[in-house]
Amino acid sequence: MLVDSPPEQRAETAPAPPTRRAVRALGLLLSAAILVLVALASIAIGAKALTPDQVWHGLFHDTGTYGDVVVDERLARTVLGLLAGAALGLSGAVLQALTRNPLADPGLLGINAGASAAVVTALTYFGVTSPSGYVWFAFGGAAAVGALVWFLGGSRGATPVRLALAGTAISAALYGYLQAVMIMDDAALGKMRFWTVGSLASATNSTIVQVLPFLAAGTLLALVLARPLNAVAMGDDTARALGANLNRTRALAMLAATVLCGAATAACGPIVFVGLMVPHVVRSFTGPDLRWILPYATALSPVLLLGADVIGRVVARPSELQVGIVTAIIGGPVFIFLVRRRRTAQL
Amino acid sequence: MKTNRVIRTPGGLSLGLDVRAVTVVVLLLLVALAAGVVLIGTGDFPISAGDVVKTLLGNGNAGQEFIVNELRLPRVLVGLLVGASLGLGGALFQAVTRNPLGSPDVLGLGQGATAGALVMIVLFSGNAAQVTVGALVGGLVTGLAIYLLAWKRGVHGYRLVLVGIGVSAIVTAINGYLLTVSDIVDAARAVVWMTGSLNGRDWDQVWPLLGLCAVLLPLVLANARGLRMMEMGDDVSNALGVRVERVRALLMVAAVLLTATATAAAGPVSFVALTAPQLARRLTRSPGPNLLPSLCMGAALLVTADWASQRAFGADQLPVGVVTGVLGGVYLLWLLVTERRAGRI
Repeated sequence: MLVDSPPEQRAETAPAPPTRRAVRALGLLLSAAILVLVALASIAIGAKALTPDQVWHGLFHDTGTYGDVVVDERLARTVLGLLAGAALGLSGAVLQALTRNPLADPGLLGINAGASAAVVTALTYFGVTSPSGYVWFAFGGAAAVGALVWFLGGSRGATPVRLALAGTAISAALYGYLQAVMIMDDAALGKMRFWTVGSLASATNSTIVQVLPFLAAGTLLALVLARPLNAVAMGDDTARALGANLNRTRALAMLAATVLCGAATAACGPIVFVGLMVPHVVRSFTGPDLRWILPYATALSPVLLLGADVIGRVVARPSELQVGIVTAIIGGPVFIFLVRRRRTAQL
Repeated sequence: MKTNRVIRTPGGLSLGLDVRAVTVVVLLLLVALAAGVVLIGTGDFPISAGDVVKTLLGNGNAGQEFIVNELRLPRVLVGLLVGASLGLGGALFQAVTRNPLGSPDVLGLGQGATAGALVMIVLFSGNAAQVTVGALVGGLVTGLAIYLLAWKRGVHGYRLVLVGIGVSAIVTAINGYLLTVSDIVDAARAVVWMTGSLNGRDWDQVWPLLGLCAVLLPLVLANARGLRMMEMGDDVSNALGVRVERVRALLMVAAVLLTATATAAAGPVSFVALTAPQLARRLTRSPGPNLLPSLCMGAALLVTADWASQRAFGADQLPVGVVTGVLGGVYLLWLLVTERRAGRI
């Protein structure tokens, strides 16, 4: 969102006192532990509930029993949830730092719109109907729009406002196209209405293999960018005075965010709220230092995504609610609660 | 160039008049009406503009009279009124939140109305009138919810936008869910509605819109003065004697009513509420909420877009919302290029 943000808080220049650092490190460990628990729950809970014993057996002593087959089925979904969740959270955090806007989310740069438009094109004009077929289209669309936004935003001279404006403009035009195609082609509508809510249900090992290289590269790039982005957060002049290479940092941050969000969207459809909310929440207890925000977002975003997926499987038995719907319905009220607390609203 | 004129009456009353703003209002009104006349003449049975005017004045032949008065005039009137309401509502939201993106699209009112309409379409297979009522209720409830959730010893513009984004995300998810559980025929109907369309609108949609505009427009204009002062900040306007919270609440209610009614009549037509006030402000070159110019700009935009969609894609092939969405994208790109050239961003 292109909201006039109140002045940014300065990233701390002095190292944090040892006790606070210890607390943060401990918190990170705790987050990782929660993540493991949620991942196990995601394997255990579903239409057929498994005991912890059965989960252990299926993961480490797979002998093809009924329980083991169920574990295999749910494993792909859980792994994709972990990867996509981490990717969405990271790309959100990077984008918020890049645009210096605490409300930026990957949708802002038109990535979701690009992926959606490409998928609807694949469905209607290229006759691609399998999910693993449109992964490439979705990723290609996201990447193309990312590049276009970068170019329109002024490439090397890109500023946050220009990027946001270019992203919003491209999104608007592409959503117009998307709606036009859906109105004229019922078959495309039939598929798109499921794709656009975002779901982990169609996850397969081949989808994971398709997007894994991009997710790994994007994650690495994002984590490396923590320090340069900290400098960018202080404003252009200060950053330049500190010796940061603004253009390179912006280009790389844009690349990382596009690759991460594009790959996650390609695999499970546009899930919008994770990338906006998790960095927002994380920032309220880590402060503005990206060296903490990024790892925390990586650990906690999958907690939200997988947790939402598990809830979606439980509440609507025997069918299930798509994860994109549950994330928004849980995340929305939490977000509003945080906004009402003064501290976060002024970030 | 300073274009303000001051009119003074012998009794000691004086009235500041911005000549440029008045010219813009008159011109935009003419554009809107002209586009309306052209739109009435467009369709499977084309009628020349002269004949349309003649028929509207009551001098046409029987066939033209039926086509113009019964079939096409209500659609054009709905277009004009919806555009005007969205333009005015958008200007009010942007002024109250003091944010150029504080439009009903961003705040989630459109999604709220959509949720109401989808409930009617998907769960009850309701007819057009029921869908309209559902959308109205959905929009009003969402507006009220956003206002109450953002309330904390007064409503702060930034918090209002943030809460709106949160509410909008929740409601969008609900809409997505409703679309996935509907059967494909209802889903197709829902998508057309969600895009925003003027197809098949008749006199039943005209009267409520007209009545509401007739009530709300004087009310809003009477409070415009306070709104203009509020642009200087709450403290200054309090000191100047504006009852800030009261004016803000009143104008918010008016804006929500206008937007919800317009959305109920035509669906959430994107970008009119966002762009009309911005374009109007660029034409009048005056700060302040530019209420009347935005209203006329909204009407002109929507009717022109409807005409464009009929010319480009054939009668009733694609709803007007597709065109406004694409136009909105083009407008933002133009904004990007000009602002960049001017070195402002």
